[in-house]
Amino acid sequence: MTAGTVIPYRPGQQARPDGFAQLLRAEWTKFRTVRGWVIGTVVAILLTAGIGLFAAVGSSSSCQSTSGGPARSGQGCFTAPPVGPGGEPVSDTFYLVRQPLSGNGSITVRVTALTGLIPSGNGPVLGTRPGLVPWAKAGIIIKESTQPGSAYAAMMVSADHGVRMQDNFTADTAGQPGAVTASDPRWLRLTRSGDTITGYDSADGTHWTQVGTVALAGLPPTVQAGLFAASPAYQAISESLGGGESGSIAPSQDTAVFDHLSRSGTWPAAAWAGDYIGAAYGSGVGGYHQAAGRFTVTGSGDIAPAVAGQASGLDLTTTTFLVGTFAGLIAVIVIAAMFITAEYRRGLIRTTLTASPRRGRVLAAKAIVIGSVAFVAGLVAAAAAVIFGTQLARGRVYVFPVSGLTELRMVAGTAALIAMTAILALAVGTMLRRSAAAVTVVIVVIVLPYLLGVVSVLPVGAADWVLRITPAAAFAVQQATPQYSQVTALYSPSSGYYPLAPWAGFAVLCGWAAIAVALALVLLRRRDA
Amino acid sequence: MRLPEALHAEWTKTRTVASTGWLLLAAIALTAAVGAAAAAAVSCPSGLVCRVDPAKVSLTGIDLGQAVVAVVAVLAISSEYSTGMIRITLAAMPRRAVVLAAKATILGLQVLAAGTIAVLGSVLAGRLLLSAHGFTPAHGYELLSLGHGEVLRAAAGSVLYLTLIALLGLGVAAAVRDSAVAIGIVLGLLYLFPIVANVVGNAQWHRHLEQFGPMSAGLAIQATTDLTSLPISPWAGLGVLAAWAAAALLAGGLVLGLRDA
Repeated sequence: MTAGTVIPYRPGQQARPDGFAQLLRAEWTKFRTVRGWVIGTVVAILLTAGIGLFAAVGSSSSCQSTSGGPARSGQGCFTAPPVGPGGEPVSDTFYLVRQPLSGNGSITVRVTALTGLIPSGNGPVLGTRPGLVPWAKAGIIIKESTQPGSAYAAMMVSADHGVRMQDNFTADTAGQPGAVTASDPRWLRLTRSGDTITGYDSADGTHWTQVGTVALAGLPPTVQAGLFAASPAYQAISESLGGGESGSIAPSQDTAVFDHLSRSGTWPAAAWAGDYIGAAYGSGVGGYHQAAGRFTVTGSGDIAPAVAGQASGLDLTTTTFLVGTFAGLIAVIVIAAMFITAEYRRGLIRTTLTASPRRGRVLAAKAIVIGSVAFVAGLVAAAAAVIFGTQLARGRVYVFPVSGLTELRMVAGTAALIAMTAILALAVGTMLRRSAAAVTVVIVVIVLPYLLGVVSVLPVGAADWVLRITPAAAFAVQQATPQYSQVTALYSPSSGYYPLAPWAGFAVLCGWAAIAVALALVLLRRRDA
Repeated sequence: MRLPEALHAEWTKTRTVASTGWLLLAAIALTAAVGAAAAAAVSCPSGLVCRVDPAKVSLTGIDLGQAVVAVVAVLAISSEYSTGMIRITLAAMPRRAVVLAAKATILGLQVLAAGTIAVLGSVLAGRLLLSAHGFTPAHGYELLSLGHGEVLRAAAGSVLYLTLIALLGLGVAAAVRDSAVAIGIVLGLLYLFPIVANVVGNAQWHRHLEQFGPMSAGLAIQATTDLTSLPISPWAGLGVLAAWAAAALLAGGLVLGLRDA
């Protein structure tokens, strides 16, 4: 007997009819052959981009010129702020008592007092009373030039935040805590060595602690160094329940007393000179008095990044151009819910499940198809809205510049948000099987919380919570400008600041979508179609 | 077939479907619950000047309740299309305008009744919760009471608002037939105007958007304080919503009359 030929079993030699690729193809065919869905997707793109452009055109506003002259409009209302070394808009207005410093050197000083004046009421006519805003600051600074926006590093005392070392507007390092008084003074020191500037603080002038060291690239051989005082605007925030909150802003000023000033290095000038830096960007008070080794410096303004959304109607961020997302989202929710509920209504689901009895794979294929379609549609619409919206709005109103990376995050994040919402709608549609109910549920959980939280209906605390736990948290991917801890401002959802970081907010939506898909899967397997 | 018979037929249809009752109950519960939550979330930190509109805060739930009312309205006609019932209805009652009028009447009365309960619940919750949070006459805030003319206007106006939303939903659904598309259009009309108005910086455009939007104009009826800062006066705002509802019903009636079912 000869041994029989063994034919090995080789799986996967033929494309099997229930392969996942075929399933995807089937679902894609279903999508593209329903005319209403394809038209709906195109409508979603047009609505998203169109409403964004409408908002860009509608963002120009008229304002009264202060001298009673004719009303001006558009960019004339708003002086574009100077731009810092990092490319971000900054406020750089303060009083500086300075001398040029050539080459390496250092400056040391003792601060014995920090006092100030703030508005006494929040009516239109302001008196003043003694007091300090939390980020009133005064100290020593080494700055590239007197040009607003030029590079700097500074050691300072602040009203409520202790000793700080700040440089180039966005960086902020904490030193010794506590407020400065005559009995508890602070010593500050800055040394320059090449491009490197190091800041020290001390409570007694003998024991020094290094607070930070920074490299200011391209610092010229001769820089300006000296004493400064700055006091940001006083903000009275009044909360209007059932109508959001509003801030009234009024200037404040601070006065610092310095003594024991000592210097090393080459200081070519004979005397100190006092200047109000950045007077073109905002008038403020300032001055200094020098007697018997003691300097009294008064100033107002701020050396900090500029914060968007504080002057309503005068500046806007890229987020404005993405407002059409809501219209596109509603259209996509309708399509995604119908992608499954229509099968139940027509009875097609029985054919689908007969052809592919593994129900989880059917749901997965549907989610991939509708998610991909929604992502591509969202990407096209958001990119068009941002690119053309920015062009339309320029010249009408000041658009806060954002980096290309941030813009990319906003566009891709919006597309991902729309795609994930489509998957959520598909899952809810699978659970409820009824399109009207599914569409309403999804719109109510994602659009309504945004409306309640952002369009000034809920008080700020409640709005923050709504935008943390509901799927609307995902709109954080559309936040254009960051929140700065060293600037006091109205960081509320209605001025464009979300309580969660962009991708953390998106993760909340993903969590909800995952729960919905899991429930849909269980119900799809358990129930008869 | 005359209107009384048509009304009777529509009443029988809506009465014998379980979902109508459940949805109206949900609308009542959600309206009152969100209103109570908003009233409970309100607090005025000491030292701040809080401008509170107690009636408006208590009636915040209408923002959510209207979505459920819109579902009831849309389903009143689109469910007939999805089941094919519409052909029997139109065979029995060939005068299509009468059918739509009967549907609008029955739906309107149902929502009027449910809306009254929802609004009364919200006002009661607001009255109890706001006074518990220190918004008492001792602190200069009036207690929420329907005896107060403007509060009564806000409450009665909110009931009418819900009724008009239902008619708007019915009209849109009669025009587009599909329930998902209809509810998408209705909720889009309601929610998009205030969202877009919020980001439009031009004061005039902003005002116009709030005047034309069915939700932002219609909800002006809820304001009881700061009436001069409203984009549109309360009753005129409700009139704008009524115009939207009338336009939707007209469009729905025309489509119903002109197209085969």
